[in-house]
Amino acid sequence: MQLELIMSSGFSVFRVAISFVIMCISYMPTIDSLPELSPQKYFSTLQPGKASLAYFCQADSPRTSVFLEELNEAVRPLQDYGISVAKVNCVKEETSRYCGKEKDFMKAYLFKGNILLREFPTDTLFDVNAIVAHVLFALLFNEVKYITNLEDLQNIENALKGKANIVFSYVKAIGIPEHRAVMEAAFVYGTTYQFVLTTEIALLESIGSEDVEYAHLYFFHCKLVLDLTQQCRRTLMEQPLTTLNIHLFIKRMKAPLLTEVAEDPQQVSTVHLQLGLPLVFIVSQQATYEADRRTAEWVAWRLLGKAGVLLLLRDSLEVNIPQHANVVFKRAEKGVPVEFLVLHDVDLIISHVENNMHIEEIQEDEDDDVEGPDIDTQDDEVAESVYRDRKRKLPLELTVELTEESFNATVMASDNIVLFYVDCTSTMLLTRINCADWSDVCTKQNVTEFPFVKMYKKGKNPVSYTGMLGTEDLLKFIQLNRISYPVNITSIQEAEEYLSGELYKDLISYSSISILGLFSPTMTTAKEDFSEAGNYLKGYVITGIYSEEDVLLLSNKYAATLPALLLARHTEGKIESIPLASTHAQDVVQIITDALLETFPEITVENLPSYFRLQKPLLMLFSDGSVNPQYKNSILILVKQKYLDSFIPCWLNLKNTPVGRGILQAYFDPLPPLPLLVLVNLHSGGQVFVFPSDQAITEENLVLWLKKLEAGLENPITILPAQEWKPPLPAYDFLSMMDAATSQHATKKLPKCMKETDVQENDKEQHEDKSAVRKEPIETLRIKHWNRSNWFKEAEKSFKCDKEL
Amino acid sequence: MGLSAATPLWSSPGLLLAIALHPALSVPTHRDYCVLGAGPAGLQMAYFLQRAGRDYAVFERTQRPGSFFTRYPRHRKLISINKRYTGNANSEFNLRHDWNSLLSHDPRLLFRHYSRAYFPDAHDMVRYLSDFADTLGLHVLYNTTITHVTLDKDQRAWNGHHFILTDQKGHVHRCSVLLVATGLSVPNQVDFPGSEYVEGYESVSVDPEDFVGQNVLILGRGNSAFETADNILGVTNFIHMLSRSRVRLSWATHYVGDLRAINNGLLDTYQLKSLDGLLESDLTDLAILKDSKGKFHVTLKFFLEEAGSNQSADSIPLPQDDNDNFAMRVAYDRVIRCLGWNFDFSIFNKSLRLNSGNAFGKKYPLIRASYESKGSRGLFILGTASHSVDYRKSAGGFIHGFRYTARAVHRLLEHRHHGITWPATELPITQLTSSIVRRVNEASGLYQMFGVLADVILLKENATAFEYLEEFPLQMLAQLEMLTGRKVQHGLFVINMEYGRNFSGPDKDVFFDHRSVGHTEDAWQSNFLHPVIYYYRHLPTEQEVRFRPAHWPLPRPTAIHHIVEDFLTDWTAPIGHILPLRRFLENCLDTDLRSFYAESCFLFALTRQKLPPFCQQGYLRMRGLMSTESLRQHRVESRLPRNHAATDSRLEDSSQQPGDHEPPDAPMATGPLAQSLDSNKEEL
Repeated sequence: MQLELIMSSGFSVFRVAISFVIMCISYMPTIDSLPELSPQKYFSTLQPGKASLAYFCQADSPRTSVFLEELNEAVRPLQDYGISVAKVNCVKEETSRYCGKEKDFMKAYLFKGNILLREFPTDTLFDVNAIVAHVLFALLFNEVKYITNLEDLQNIENALKGKANIVFSYVKAIGIPEHRAVMEAAFVYGTTYQFVLTTEIALLESIGSEDVEYAHLYFFHCKLVLDLTQQCRRTLMEQPLTTLNIHLFIKRMKAPLLTEVAEDPQQVSTVHLQLGLPLVFIVSQQATYEADRRTAEWVAWRLLGKAGVLLLLRDSLEVNIPQHANVVFKRAEKGVPVEFLVLHDVDLIISHVENNMHIEEIQEDEDDDVEGPDIDTQDDEVAESVYRDRKRKLPLELTVELTEESFNATVMASDNIVLFYVDCTSTMLLTRINCADWSDVCTKQNVTEFPFVKMYKKGKNPVSYTGMLGTEDLLKFIQLNRISYPVNITSIQEAEEYLSGELYKDLISYSSISILGLFSPTMTTAKEDFSEAGNYLKGYVITGIYSEEDVLLLSNKYAATLPALLLARHTEGKIESIPLASTHAQDVVQIITDALLETFPEITVENLPSYFRLQKPLLMLFSDGSVNPQYKNSILILVKQKYLDSFIPCWLNLKNTPVGRGILQAYFDPLPPLPLLVLVNLHSGGQVFVFPSDQAITEENLVLWLKKLEAGLENPITILPAQEWKPPLPAYDFLSMMDAATSQHATKKLPKCMKETDVQENDKEQHEDKSAVRKEPIETLRIKHWNRSNWFKEAEKSFKCDKEL
Repeated sequence: MGLSAATPLWSSPGLLLAIALHPALSVPTHRDYCVLGAGPAGLQMAYFLQRAGRDYAVFERTQRPGSFFTRYPRHRKLISINKRYTGNANSEFNLRHDWNSLLSHDPRLLFRHYSRAYFPDAHDMVRYLSDFADTLGLHVLYNTTITHVTLDKDQRAWNGHHFILTDQKGHVHRCSVLLVATGLSVPNQVDFPGSEYVEGYESVSVDPEDFVGQNVLILGRGNSAFETADNILGVTNFIHMLSRSRVRLSWATHYVGDLRAINNGLLDTYQLKSLDGLLESDLTDLAILKDSKGKFHVTLKFFLEEAGSNQSADSIPLPQDDNDNFAMRVAYDRVIRCLGWNFDFSIFNKSLRLNSGNAFGKKYPLIRASYESKGSRGLFILGTASHSVDYRKSAGGFIHGFRYTARAVHRLLEHRHHGITWPATELPITQLTSSIVRRVNEASGLYQMFGVLADVILLKENATAFEYLEEFPLQMLAQLEMLTGRKVQHGLFVINMEYGRNFSGPDKDVFFDHRSVGHTEDAWQSNFLHPVIYYYRHLPTEQEVRFRPAHWPLPRPTAIHHIVEDFLTDWTAPIGHILPLRRFLENCLDTDLRSFYAESCFLFALTRQKLPPFCQQGYLRMRGLMSTESLRQHRVESRLPRNHAATDSRLEDSSQQPGDHEPPDAPMATGPLAQSLDSNKEEL
């Protein structure tokens, strides 16, 4: 277990080194294990036959210190292989030919005795794995044959038949962790087995491997082969290439293939159990011995590396085993009783073993998790929650279901609000129509998006609802639509009642603002435009119009010049007047929507969009509960003083809008105590600045802070990510599945198209990894039966869970 | 009267020219659109022209529409299904199983109101077509036989020429566009020695009594042959059927023109008791001899040639002379020809260059995939006669197919001559998945005319919106811009319905085990009719369409998606159908097409610089999706939205906090954060 220890300690130090670099702290390595020597001194220490790695450098530069860190890292693992490591300082007095002329051309050299074996540019030794891998690779030149084609492999195979076994491995590149693992194994087993290494993917493919993107290691059983025309049997190591796994794998390959026993299976212990493998006993009798042995051998080959196989001779057995049992299964765990099985098929034995490999799988499962989410798993929150909600009965009896036949009659006969939905809401009749059934009606009503809500009132054009699709907003829309807009006000008294909220008491709770347009009776076009605007805004705000002869009484009272709008904010009991510079309906709509905005609003999920569209940075006060009146006051004063014109000052109540916590967590790490005043530059740059929490939110402090911000003296606490919304997961690549199935695909015919798909493939390179996982089942090209579909998948999943346990 | 006397001379082009030079003799009536034949296709086209307010006329030889159906099929049973109940209210969907109705806006003009029979009587069709023409007030000129059609070059004409139609009374009609919907009306006859002894399907008796105790040989193996056989199966001694190729069962070939199950009674007795039988031979190699007793013998043509022409019938060698177990050694009492029909080319002047196709298409005029004649611009073939486009593939030769191709032709004409672009709905990209799901679930045109008509989605810049075009002729894809007047600049999707590549064929076992596919990852191996979506970055060129890979309806796309076949043809399963489709669309468009609740959009709006399309087009425009209490609960349980693409380290780091500030009453926040917690675990 020595090896494992080295690996893990190495790993953590490696992490530390990286983090130091990132933090840009100049780090002077205090190396106690990496000796620093002068050239002369170094060469005097070299012992014959001993390997030594030396890095010749002139002085520490920030660039080489990363390498030195890694080198330092490699000292201990290399020492374990008897290789010393040194840093040789090229001082001016003692120049050596190994000292480069320039700082940038320093190299590391590997000596055996005082013979130079290899020189390494420092960029090949990019990390500790690369250092160890390269050094061992150079030293084990004979033990590890590097090949590039199938012919080389066959030559080696032929040469070793009857003599020795081969450990063949493929790694993506030299110097990566898998390569190091192979080299470390070769250091230990290089004299026993011939190690063969390749980085050629084509070679791996040519011996029939699947999933060629991963490192592979095969054990070629050549020693048993006596007939030169026969191929060596191969066993693929199924675990990831780590030093420990390779070590275990080779040990397992070494374990006897088939043993004959005649004792109580419960007592039998072989090397397999120590290696964590279960035992499979094939129960045999004298009469069928020959056949059983052949079966057992066959099973043994299939289970090589997965279980130990033994032939249990029933006749000479003292303990009783059940009469009909033909297989005994003994788990690697101690104290678990053996299982007596009746398995009439070799495949059943294999699958029984494979399904019961607990210990081994645990390690792998951790790796599997990294694989990421399944593309067959729903990641659309709306679709998923609606699906999960499918069994709940909606109280649909309150709404009338319409059909093609009933639609016109119903819509004509009474005031309606129609929800156009696809199956997948008084005095107002709530109706609904399923456009999946009655697509013609929906098309005729110009409804192409679902769900869609339209209100039909007798004698009026239908109104499309364009607000938030939620109960509250829809209810507001329906309630406000009970009367038609703008309301025609006919007397000063009525106007005052209207402005005070008395006139439409029951509607005030749905619209906290009432608008009153003031026009002199002769302003016909302006009145028309205002009516149009009021009509456009119906359902969202209460509008009224006053254009009696005595309109001046009103306008004078509220200091307005005609034409003007009076804006009554009922919650605050305030009435403002807004002059109507332009009376175009569109402009009036704009003026009213702008007027609806508050100066220091509480931001909610519902109202954010109306502030968001102003494209200004948000100056947002996060508060757990209602806002501190003092803070509010300070901000309102600044608003009045026009300090905050380029921002949207607002606050967020975490009690009303709990999702605000998610926002804070994205901004802060760790989360300081509330309240927090934050400036979020949503539209240009995404910087988030926080008002220092040790300062009180006062006018002076705020002004000072904003000035510092403007001067660029404040650092953002975070910058919001600017990534695009890319596909969350890859799709099935049916095109390449089809290609795989029809290799005779007419490539010649379509050179142009092929090029295009190449481009496509490059574009999607990042998805390749995932889709490659899917490629496996294509090989089998099976068409599954319908009943194997989803429940079967579920079964597979739950089975997987079992394994994890 | 002078005119009618001149009629026989019309065939001389010289005289026609002379007449044309004397307009006083006959002032041609001008029409923008002339439709030949008031059969189902002619009426269907007339309907579209009428609705569009076009200047048109339909010329019908007899006094009422659908004259073919007054006589055919001879045994009066239509084999087009009249499915009156589907359990579905969607009228568009219901047309998938209504093979007889024409398209119209009037729900009364559905065939199910005309017959209760699943296989209706042909008289009901005649009645239906009459009603269709009358109710809609279609402009049909009955009792008008067009005897001659020729071209008249005219630079100012829409197509550089007019079509000059002359009727039996000598009236001349000048047309800008000619729409030929005359069907196939000439019985197909094969010429071989003894063919004079053969009775034709068009005239053979339909009374079984006339066949009692007879040996009958039927030439042909189509539905008319089997229909004829079925009628007399019970009274004959035996029936032999002879044709060039093996029997093609429609449920194996998935082509409605092949032998339908309703007609295959003879196959039963042949296979069970070797009573009746099928034989394969080329008819042109055969000869039929009549012996002295009036019975018919089958022999080979070259025996006849060897023997010379002056031999008496009884002395001509027969195959059984050498080969005493020759299958057709028995003498037949009757030989019936049921070899189908050909298009009537006779009225068309050579100048129209209306030619017949080759091989299989011999009986049809040669046309493009746009149904326009290859010989003259402005001449379109509609209905059964246009079946060369999809012969033995789709339903273009039958009412339930050509009612849609007529609409496609009409749309092409509206654009070509009236500047009306092909109808399309423009929608925001967030509606893309649901638009496709909706169409594949209800569209009847796609379903009936699979492989021929396909929906096309044209993407707008930056994939923010798209235009949805319905039922465009697939093979004309390269010419889409010209034909529809729409621009393809930012890629396109084509939605086609397809059977599995190797599923259909006369020799295929369509009931094999594992014939159906359930797993979404195997969707591309689906066998039954299922939607296939092609994605192209650019509109394919004509070359690419022409030289597409074998057995592909379209050139190789950039990416392809199959929606897995469904036993109920209901492609609305959230995980099995919609999710893989969304992933495909997302990866083609390189964007995230998920839908989000308003809370999620709110969170994204304040924690990211960019928003997913759904939030941009919905929430930010005040059309967010508020969730209800129970949905919110489900949402929390499902721990969505997950954000795989995000590498937002800050978000992840913050969730790593040991003292997670998550209060239990903050359900919205737990979604994304819980997920990022997970991914952190994986990293460590």
